[in-house]
Amino acid sequence: RRALILVGGFGTRLRPLTLSRPKPLVEFCNKALLLHQLEALRQAGVSHVVLAVSYMSEALGAAMREQEQRLGIRISLSHEKEPLGTAGPLALARDLLAEGGEPFFVLNSDVICEFPFAALARFHRQHGGEGSLVVTRVEEPAKYGVVVSEADTGRICRFVEKPRVFVSNKINAGLYIFSPGILQRIQLRPTSIEKEIFPAMAQEGQLYAMELQGKTLCTVWAARGRSCHAGGCHRGSVPAGFWMDIGQPKDFLTGMCMYLQALRAQHPEKLHSGPGVVGNVLVDPSAKIGANCVIGPNVTIGAGVVVEDGVRIKRCTVLKGARIRSHSWLESCIVGWSCSVGQWVRMENVTVLGEDVIVNDELYLNGANVLPHKSIAESVPEPRIIM
Amino acid sequence: MPLKAVILIGGPQKGTRFRPLSFEVPKPLFPVAGVPMVQHHIEACAKVPGMKEILLMGFYQPHEALSRFLVSAQQEFKIPIRYLQEYAALGTGGGIYHFRDQILSGGAEAFFVLNADVCSEFPLQEMLEFRQRHGDAHSFVILGTTANRTQALNYGCIVANADTQEVQHYVEKPSTFVSEIINCGIYLFTPAIFQHIGDVFQRNQQELVLEESSNGWQRAEVIRLEQDVFTALAGSGKLYVYKTDGFWSQIKSAGSAIYASRLYLNQYSKSHPERLAQNKPGGPVIRGNVYIHPTASIDSTAVDHTCVLNTIVGWDSTIGRWARVEGTPSDPNPNDPYAKIDSETLFRDGRLTPSITILGCSVTIPAEVVILNSIVLPHKELSRSYKNQIIL
Repeated sequence: RRALILVGGFGTRLRPLTLSRPKPLVEFCNKALLLHQLEALRQAGVSHVVLAVSYMSEALGAAMREQEQRLGIRISLSHEKEPLGTAGPLALARDLLAEGGEPFFVLNSDVICEFPFAALARFHRQHGGEGSLVVTRVEEPAKYGVVVSEADTGRICRFVEKPRVFVSNKINAGLYIFSPGILQRIQLRPTSIEKEIFPAMAQEGQLYAMELQGKTLCTVWAARGRSCHAGGCHRGSVPAGFWMDIGQPKDFLTGMCMYLQALRAQHPEKLHSGPGVVGNVLVDPSAKIGANCVIGPNVTIGAGVVVEDGVRIKRCTVLKGARIRSHSWLESCIVGWSCSVGQWVRMENVTVLGEDVIVNDELYLNGANVLPHKSIAESVPEPRIIM
Repeated sequence: MPLKAVILIGGPQKGTRFRPLSFEVPKPLFPVAGVPMVQHHIEACAKVPGMKEILLMGFYQPHEALSRFLVSAQQEFKIPIRYLQEYAALGTGGGIYHFRDQILSGGAEAFFVLNADVCSEFPLQEMLEFRQRHGDAHSFVILGTTANRTQALNYGCIVANADTQEVQHYVEKPSTFVSEIINCGIYLFTPAIFQHIGDVFQRNQQELVLEESSNGWQRAEVIRLEQDVFTALAGSGKLYVYKTDGFWSQIKSAGSAIYASRLYLNQYSKSHPERLAQNKPGGPVIRGNVYIHPTASIDSTAVDHTCVLNTIVGWDSTIGRWARVEGTPSDPNPNDPYAKIDSETLFRDGRLTPSITILGCSVTIPAEVVILNSIVLPHKELSRSYKNQIIL
């Protein structure tokens, strides 16, 4: 079985992090984004993954080789010389995907969820159509591709990309499985699968939708007549199938909260516990946390991170090698690799520090977006970008 | 030579820019660098040889804090100190005119007049010596300092003869540039000044009669030294300016209290090194000039991870763990040696101007919040973060 991951280009929405690393290699909950997807695909029996990239970096190439070894999975590269959109890359990788005649998975690289690849394959086999996509319910569907489908069969009647009026609250989750026949529809030119391919397939009745949640709805939400959604951090509910597009920092943090919650339900031993730990906290074994800290809820601490005494961290990701000095207070932030945050600093409101940023003591950063290798010597009281 | 000093301390209706700090304690008693604002004045006056008595003059009703302060100051400085209460706000000249007999009693040959709301090195002895060199026994001296051209417009401007230092022209808060030399609010007078003030009083009386007192609040006895007396004396050969390079600042707004504190703390290393906190093993880390009241306790576990910057924290206030309380300093431009602190307005373009954060007395700040550029009135218990607001 094969799969294609649409990695794309520079990942500009996740800057400043993607100025230092290609997006697939940014660690989400202490594991490279790409690795979350590769491991899930491997589990569903995929033996060959094609990465469709329009910008190839050495780092990505090296990471691919390493994962090939580790996972025992074959990784090929499909390099677009010009950006081919969301469908074009399938045409470019045509030979690799059609080989073997089996249906193949396609996924957006920004998506994080409890990947339902095995269930998706079964669903696809059952209805026999040309394509299946995973849908999830959200509170604000207008940002995504919206799907209207028949409740019993899942056959899609309509597919509207970013509708301006409310159509439905089920959206395209960016995970697909296609039969090789779809490749007839796609030419080697910039093409949007959402705007050009899917509507045609829906008209012909060849496109089916599988809901992400499956059968296990959390009872609290079901009682309210609502299904679990991808809009924000839940408290006290357990979404059976969380989903998030983590292509930008705000959503990256929301997705982190959901992932940690699912981890609490399925592998609570992986979460950190101890004095000063509140809620779901993931800490790499090589990280050091000082005395009198209060960490959590919803915090991820990467490898080699040093958190000094008296630090309070809530709803943050701290990437590898960073240092948070004493008495600081962080909420809803992403601290990039090797950063140094001074003493008595306050950072909040989706402040993102790129790689190797130094924040001087006693500063206040509110919604600051700081590019790599910067030294911050003045407070940022209102959200802005620091170049 | 027998001398006296008069310190003008104003009254409740004056100095309202100092609120909310002046809600608990009258402005002249507000602590600056650890001691009440006027104590710095009293100390400087008491040091001058020949000083017989110090008179505080204002229109506050007598109250406990003031009385207690007078008693302890007399004991400390071993010099008679009295409070003379004006029956109404009589202006910077009207009060001393009203109490002229008290001032001159005991044969004072000269007396200083100092505004309470300034912070200064108080070069009083130098002013006396200057007068001997440049004027005569009947000359009056204004203490002046240099401001930059733009800010000078906010003060009394003095044009002086470069050789004799005689004041040729005086304008209070002009709208166009007159001079960079500004009036520090510290004067040296002789009994002859009362003649000049008396003239103004007479003139006022006549004008009131003419106008038939259309404005009921206008009183003949309200006399302003600056506009009414100095302007008239300029060019008459009687008024001189002694220019100082020592530190000087007005204390009008709450933010200027922090700046004035800093100026005095700098001076402590020479004048009162015992007042500066020293680093002790096991104690808090002291950086720069710090004053810690003997009854204050700084406990590293009690002041849990808070960050307090450019803020005045009122008596009995508490600040929760990991809270950040921050203001914006309104210090003068450090690159301009003659820049003075802005007496900024509270609002500009409808928005609160970023300034020192002030917590009134007994304010409670909860844990983990941020209070930025805000003023919190006394006895308020906050429950969330605030930025750029006045919280009643």
